[in-house]
Amino acid sequence: MPDVLLVALGAAAGAPLRYWLGQVFDRPGLHRGTLVANLVASTLLGLFTGLALSGTVTALLGTGFCGALSTYSSFAVQTHSHPTSPRDGAGIVRGATYALVTLVPALALCSLGFVAGTALA
Amino acid sequence: MSAPRPSAMLAVAVGGALGAVLRWWLGEVAPDGAGFPGTTFAINVGGAFGLGLLPAVAAVRRRPLLTAGIGTGVLGGFTTLSTASEQARVLLASGQVLLGLVYVVGTLLAAVAAVAVADRLSTRAQQARVEAEGGDE
Repeated sequence: MPDVLLVALGAAAGAPLRYWLGQVFDRPGLHRGTLVANLVASTLLGLFTGLALSGTVTALLGTGFCGALSTYSSFAVQTHSHPTSPRDGAGIVRGATYALVTLVPALALCSLGFVAGTALA
Repeated sequence: MSAPRPSAMLAVAVGGALGAVLRWWLGEVAPDGAGFPGTTFAINVGGAFGLGLLPAVAAVRRRPLLTAGIGTGVLGGFTTLSTASEQARVLLASGQVLLGLVYVVGTLLAAVAAVAVADRLSTRAQQARVEAEGGDE
């Protein structure tokens, strides 16, 4: 199967899974579902990279599934939505906290996944 | 929130596949090299701008399925936080610590700034309507 179809197939599973997580677990100001989707996708992508999967499997699981399970657009819109005005200090702190709680663990879990994948490969 | 409708799940699956293929294609045309991952940076900042712009589009406000299909689907599938994390990991692991930090912080600031710019083009009421349909997920 050509790579482009594998990417589409993986994304057709990853994107609705993220949507489901968001609809079920996100609350106004508390984006738990999107956070979980981003963290799981980052962990798995690190793992798959460590496992040194073939280009074909990477297109399906890495570029397609993990890529679509994670999202930067929703993450950015959610981060931006916390402060109600440029002078809403508490809102800015909440937005910055959400960004940190997403980006730092995503990087750490991606590294952990990579180490695990390298050990298993 | 409750479990999403099957029609919305299908719209997100189709949209997500389209967005991911577009991201893949850009990666083929302009692959990220060893330095600053400019292509993924542009994808994530551009996708964030697009999602911020969505409430300003009347057709999207009228049809919840379009919110799911284009917002959560196309733009969510187009942008990726996992690839950005993996690229940052590679930069840090290869000793390019400053470049890795610039990439992580730079993408965040540019994406949120892009949303802020797009945000000015719609009203609070329009945003609330799209958000109620999961347009921020």
